[in-house]
Amino acid sequence: MALPSYTETRYRIWHYIYIAICTFVFFFLIAPLFVIFPLSFNAEEFLVFSEGMKNLDPDAFSLRWYKDMVYGTKNPWGLAAKNSFIIAIFATIGSIILGTLAALGLSSRHMPYKGIIMATLISPMIVPLIISGVAIFFFMAKAGLAATHTGIVLAHIILGTPFVVITVTATLSGFDHSVTRAAASLGSNPVNTFMKITLPLILPGVISGGLFAFVTSFDEVVVVLFLAGLENTTIPVQMWTGLREQLSPTILAVATCLIILSTLILLSAELLRRRSERLRGINR
Amino acid sequence: MSSETKKILTTDGIPLEVSLKKAEKKNKIKAFLLVAPLLLFLIITYIFPIGDMFMRSVDDRMVTNMLPKTFKAMEKWENLDELPPEEVYRGFYEDYKLLAENQQHGKLGQRLNKEKNGFNTITKKLFRQIKRKKIDESASLKEQINKLHKRWRNVEYWQAIKRTAPPYTMAKYLKGMDMYFDVDGSIAQVKEDRRIHRILWLRTLEIAFFVTLFCFVMGYPIAHLLATLPMKYSNLLMICVLLPFWTSLLVRTASWMILLQQQGLVNDFFVMIGLVADNNRPEMMYNKVGTYVAMTQILLPFMVLPLYSVMKTISPSLMRAGKSLGGTPFVAFMKVYFPLTIPGIGAGCLLCFILAIGYYITPALVGGASGTLISNQIAFHMKTTLDWSFASAMGLMLLSGVLVIYWIYNKLVGVDNIKLG
Repeated sequence: MALPSYTETRYRIWHYIYIAICTFVFFFLIAPLFVIFPLSFNAEEFLVFSEGMKNLDPDAFSLRWYKDMVYGTKNPWGLAAKNSFIIAIFATIGSIILGTLAALGLSSRHMPYKGIIMATLISPMIVPLIISGVAIFFFMAKAGLAATHTGIVLAHIILGTPFVVITVTATLSGFDHSVTRAAASLGSNPVNTFMKITLPLILPGVISGGLFAFVTSFDEVVVVLFLAGLENTTIPVQMWTGLREQLSPTILAVATCLIILSTLILLSAELLRRRSERLRGINR
Repeated sequence: MSSETKKILTTDGIPLEVSLKKAEKKNKIKAFLLVAPLLLFLIITYIFPIGDMFMRSVDDRMVTNMLPKTFKAMEKWENLDELPPEEVYRGFYEDYKLLAENQQHGKLGQRLNKEKNGFNTITKKLFRQIKRKKIDESASLKEQINKLHKRWRNVEYWQAIKRTAPPYTMAKYLKGMDMYFDVDGSIAQVKEDRRIHRILWLRTLEIAFFVTLFCFVMGYPIAHLLATLPMKYSNLLMICVLLPFWTSLLVRTASWMILLQQQGLVNDFFVMIGLVADNNRPEMMYNKVGTYVAMTQILLPFMVLPLYSVMKTISPSLMRAGKSLGGTPFVAFMKVYFPLTIPGIGAGCLLCFILAIGYYITPALVGGASGTLISNQIAFHMKTTLDWSFASAMGLMLLSGVLVIYWIYNKLVGVDNIKLG
C-alpha cells in the first residue's frame, strides 16, 4: 500500500493510523490463539509464563501435559475424542445427504414456496443455540433418545444441515442445467446423471458444506450439555467442565491439538473454495 | 377469432398447453420431493418441539385437572365477594378426597400455596380430618370446612382457587418481565429490589449492542484493507480472520481466560508500561470486561466476512472518480464508498447482534455474576431449578426478539445471500 508521492502530510498521517489500527485488529484476532501454544509445553502446573520460559530455558518446556492427555488415568479425553469423532462423522454424513437433496430441490426453478421453505431450513442457524438446545432436548426426552449417541447425532444433523444447504445452493447457482439435459437426451437416467454429471460438479460445495457441518458438530457444546450423559461426553463438553472447574495445562494441550485440526480444516476449505470458483468459471 | 385458432397438439394428440402444465406439475412435485426429507425431519425434530415449548410455557392444567368438580360448581358462584355456596365446598371436598386417596394432595397444596401463601397449612389440616374420617358428608360441608381454620372463612382463598381454573396462563411470561397477577387478576410489578429479569434483559441488549458496535468499529477497517490489498497479500491476511472463525469456541474462550487472568499477559503488559501497579492488578475476567473482550474477538469474523464480500464488489475506480471530481479523500470516502458498503454493514451488524443476544458459553465462563446474559438464566432454570415452563417462556421471548431481527435481516439482505467463508 505505497502512497503516491504527492500525498499531503495529513493524509499520510491518516494512512499510517489506518495501518496501525488494522495491525492492532489483526493482532487482536490471531494473537490469543498463539498464547495457548507455548503454554501447553509448560513444565510447570501454572498457566503463566515461568521465568524459565521467558529465558527460553529448555528445562522449562516439556511434553508432560500431552502425555497426561493421552495416558493420564483419570483423563476422559480418549473417550471424549472417540465420541466426538463418531458423532461428528455421522452427523456430517446425515447433514450432507439431507442438505444436498434439499439444495437440489430448492435450486429447481419449479420449487413452490421457495422463500418460506428456505427460511425454515436455515432457521436452526439463526435461532439462538440455547433455544435450539431446549427444544431439541424436549423432543429427544419424549422420543427416549436423551443421553444416546443417536440423539446427539440427530441434534447435530439439525444444526449442520443449514450450512450444507447454503453452500450447495450457492454452488448450484452457477450450475449450467443444460449439461444434465444433455445427459438425459443421451439416454442417461436421472440417478446416473446425478452421480456422473451433477455430483462431480457440485462436489466442492458439498464437501465445504460438509466441513462446516463437521466443525459445527465437533465444536458444539450447548445442545450436548442438555443431551449428553456420562457415556456421551465429547471434547467440547470436557473442555467446558475443565474450564469451569479448574484451568489445567492438559486443556491447553487439547486446545493446541484442536487449533492444529482447525488449521487443517481451514486449508482444505480454502482449497475447495478456490477449486469450486474455478469450476464455476469465476475468475478473480 | 382467437377461439377458432387451432390448438397446438403434441405428437400423441394432447393439447400442448395441457401437456406443458402436466410437465410443470411433475417438476414441481419432483423438486418438492427432494426437499421433503429434510423439511419433514426438521418439522418433527425441531419446529414441533419449539411449539411444544410454547405449550409448556402456558400450560397450567394441573389444578384444572385436579379440581374438576370444584370449578364446575364455581360457575354458579355469583357474588365473588362473598364465600362460595355449599356446592363449591362439596365439589372441593370430593375432588380433594380423591386426590388424598391417590396421594396427589401435596402437589395441589404446593401449587395453591404459590398462588396465595398459607394454603399448604389449611389443605394439610383438611387432609388430616379426611384421613381420620371426621367429616360428616351428609351434613353441610361449608360449615365443617369453615370451622377447620379461619382462612377457609376468608373469601380471598376461594378467589385464589378460582384464579387457577383456566387451563392456560401467561404467568410465566409475566414472571420473565418481573411482573405477576395480583389478587384481583390485574398485572402488578415485582418489588424493586427483586426485579432480576429486567436487569438481565437490559444487560443482554446492552452487551449485544456494544459487542456489535465494537465489531463494526474494528471490522470495517480490516475488511477495507482486505478488499483493497492485492490478492497475494490479502489471502494471507484473510487467514487471520478465518483461523479464529474455524477454531473451537472453547479454545478461544480458554485463551482469553489465560490472557485476562490477574497474572496473565494483558496485566503483565499493563504493569510493564506502568499503567497499573504490580500489587494492584485489576480483575479483568469474571465481569463485563471479560465478556466484552472475548465476545468481540469471537464475533469479529462474522462482521468482517459479509463486509469483505460487499467491499470486494466495489470498483476502486469509483473512489478515483470521486477524488478526480474534486473531493478530498475523506469526502470521497463518505459520499461514495461508505454508502455502497451499507448492505454489508447491515448484514454484518445483524448477524453479530443475533449471535451475541443468544450467547451462552463465553459469558458463562468469563462473565462471572455481572457478565451473565439471559441465555445463562434459561440454562439455569433448565438444569438447576427444573422450572422448564419458565425456561421455555423466557426462551420464546428471546426467540421472538431474534425473529424480528431475522425478519428485518431477510428484508434487507435476504437469507439466501448469506455467504460463508
